Amino acid sequence: MTLALALDRPATLHCAHCGAESAAAYCCAGCQAAHALVGELGLDRYYRLRTVDGAPVEAEPPPLGLGDLATMRADGTAALALAVRGLKCGACVWLIETALKRQPGVVHARIAPVSGRLDLVWRPGETDIDRLARTVATLGYGVGPWDARALDRDGAARDKELLLAMAVAGFAAANVMLLSVGVWAGHAQDMDQPTRDLMHWVSALIALPALAFAARPFFRSAFVALRARRTNMDVPISLALILAPTVSLIETVNGGPHAYFDSAITLAFFLLVGRYLDSRARTLARSAVAMLGALEGRIATVLEPGGQARVRRIEQVRPGMVALVAPGSRLPVDGTVLEGASEIDASPITGESLPVRVAPGAAVHAGSLNLTAPLRVRVDAVGAGTLIAEMARLMAGVEGAKGRYVALADRVARYYAPLVHTLALATLLGWKFVAGAGWADALLAAVAVLIVTCPCALALAVPVTVVAAGRRLLGCGVLVKSPTALERLAEVDTVVFDKTGTLTRGRLALTGAPEPAALRVAAGLAANSRHPLARALAAAAPEVAPASGVIEEPGLGLRQGGIRLGARAFCGVAEDADSGPELWLARPGHAPLRFAFADELRSDAAATVARLGRDGYAVALLSGDRAPTVAAMAAALGIAHWQAACAPADKVAALARLRAAGRRVLMVGDGINDAAALAAADASLAPGSGADIARVAADATFQGERLDAVAETLAIARATRRVVRQNLALAILYNLAAVPLAMAGWLTPLIAAAAMSSSSLLVIANALRLRRRNRS
Amino acid sequence: MTVLLYLLPIALGLGLLGLLAFVWSVRSGQFDDLDDAASRILFDDE
Repeated sequence: MTLALALDRPATLHCAHCGAESAAAYCCAGCQAAHALVGELGLDRYYRLRTVDGAPVEAEPPPLGLGDLATMRADGTAALALAVRGLKCGACVWLIETALKRQPGVVHARIAPVSGRLDLVWRPGETDIDRLARTVATLGYGVGPWDARALDRDGAARDKELLLAMAVAGFAAANVMLLSVGVWAGHAQDMDQPTRDLMHWVSALIALPALAFAARPFFRSAFVALRARRTNMDVPISLALILAPTVSLIETVNGGPHAYFDSAITLAFFLLVGRYLDSRARTLARSAVAMLGALEGRIATVLEPGGQARVRRIEQVRPGMVALVAPGSRLPVDGTVLEGASEIDASPITGESLPVRVAPGAAVHAGSLNLTAPLRVRVDAVGAGTLIAEMARLMAGVEGAKGRYVALADRVARYYAPLVHTLALATLLGWKFVAGAGWADALLAAVAVLIVTCPCALALAVPVTVVAAGRRLLGCGVLVKSPTALERLAEVDTVVFDKTGTLTRGRLALTGAPEPAALRVAAGLAANSRHPLARALAAAAPEVAPASGVIEEPGLGLRQGGIRLGARAFCGVAEDADSGPELWLARPGHAPLRFAFADELRSDAAATVARLGRDGYAVALLSGDRAPTVAAMAAALGIAHWQAACAPADKVAALARLRAAGRRVLMVGDGINDAAALAAADASLAPGSGADIARVAADATFQGERLDAVAETLAIARATRRVVRQNLALAILYNLAAVPLAMAGWLTPLIAAAAMSSSSLLVIANALRLRRRNRS
Repeated sequence: MTVLLYLLPIALGLGLLGLLAFVWSVRSGQFDDLDDAASRILFDDE
């Protein structure tokens, strides 16, 4: 009895490669192959070295003919940079590098983990690049040619400049502060004037060159703003950074008691710390987003006049060439089908979730996924002529809502700067004409006002909060690219969703299986194939181990002895033009069985829509799909406002109507057809699985299956806005409280330093609360 | 207080050495990827 029970219930195992729960030793054929290769190379240590579980092997096969892209070097070796996707931790880097180095003919293999760039050098006579790329793909990583555009060079250069400026300012601030403490102590202990003057001169010697170098980012930004007849936070900062050392230098020359070199350089240091963290976080987010797209659509396999296939970069492809498109890969160009009959998934372009059958003569667009059989496509347009380029033009036309947005800190600066400058002027005139002081004393008091109100905490208030919030969002898989995105997200009151790929998973899943026994047989066959329908079928029965002796007939199906799984014709079923995506299982002695597939809703789509409604957001659905499909989905999710059959321009128009009615709109979409709408909305989010152009257009991307990230992002954006406002209020209060002291002429450098440091620490501490807040 | 005439330059010189070392390390790309070297040191069998 007990024994029977134990046999009935399969023990829960974990896949030996990826660690996912699985009834068999492996969760899929990909993991089995990866595990076998790791063992064969003697690299079992990988499983002990890694600190996180791997992902199930899902890599698309690498493009063939990569050798055509390699550069030949003088010593007869060839070199090529590849992009590797799916790196999880250091163990992945080790595994790939070691696996490649053990292949004969490989001279050099090294991965830069942050960018995912793999530099390979090999001897062409002994191995070929396609085999090496296949090795990486078999281990479970996506691989494609490296595209330098994926890198954010400007961001990296800016980070480096800020880091150096921060180091110089930090060095100078520490040393000047050391001298200043001596001077402050000297005030209480009768330090003689020559010693004090020496200290001031040495401080000047350190602080002035350091400021000239470290404050350039602020001066540049202030200059740009002033030239455009605007003001931003960097204007009062620059003014303080110029006036404080100038007045201090005059004091030093005249042998006066007070110099503010320490205030100026410490201010610069604190601000640079905030700037650096902010800039670095965004550079990392941007390059991570760019990496997602680095493997897609940038190369095409082209048929040469001689008849052999060659891989070319997309820039080298010309209209009129013939491109080969393998099943499971994305179309790199717009074109017309010459040969082959297949199904393509055009959902990123049209929003239509069901695959479309294509035959010779059909027009196909870059970005669609070829599902079933290889196609030969005549290239009609590349680059500026493609539908994607047209979307980019539409996008450029509607951009503006974001460009015109003025960051909260700059809006505050607009009022704050004139206020403190008026106060300083009033102090100057008051001392001169009311109190009858000399110009020198009056000027000193006026500068003291400027120094004590210099917006150190104010300028830190936003960046430290945004960095803290960015950390938390990263924990939810959300990457924020735009500096003002969080502020705009916090103002949103309407959320507009795209359907395919956003509310749905954007990939097919089994909807109805005829009977469990047949499903197990079919899944066993399907586990051997990379075809999207086969993968969906195998995923529906993860406990089934891959069957052995299966032969794949490209474009038709799978065969194991007399058992066949595949297209209608392959299984001897009559053709039917309007049957949707399906597989048939034919077994000797049984009637053929049909497996149907459909694009499923994300598991938490309904819960997320409900949560957004509870939180007070209006929710709408804009889709390019047909009305009945959209209506059914809107009803299932409880979305009252929906619009079907939207062309990209219709989506932009719908958003414009909402915005004209006073709504602040968040657009969530993944497709090429959403890019313009993403750019037109007040704020935008794209799933990480979306089209390249959508991720570029969106302010932020979210990873993973869960749509909950949208609601979570909005909640964090609102919490961030709250903390930013608290911080700004704190900083302004703190600064203004010290103003009467300065106007009365009682401010000393010691008080200025204490006020500045303590207010800065206060806003940083307040911002850090954001990191610890639990999920609400 | 004449001792300051020696001590200040010495202190500043030492600090400057540290700063120059940092500037060199940034320029030579050691801050481009802070995690790579940390994990590579564990993989010693090459």
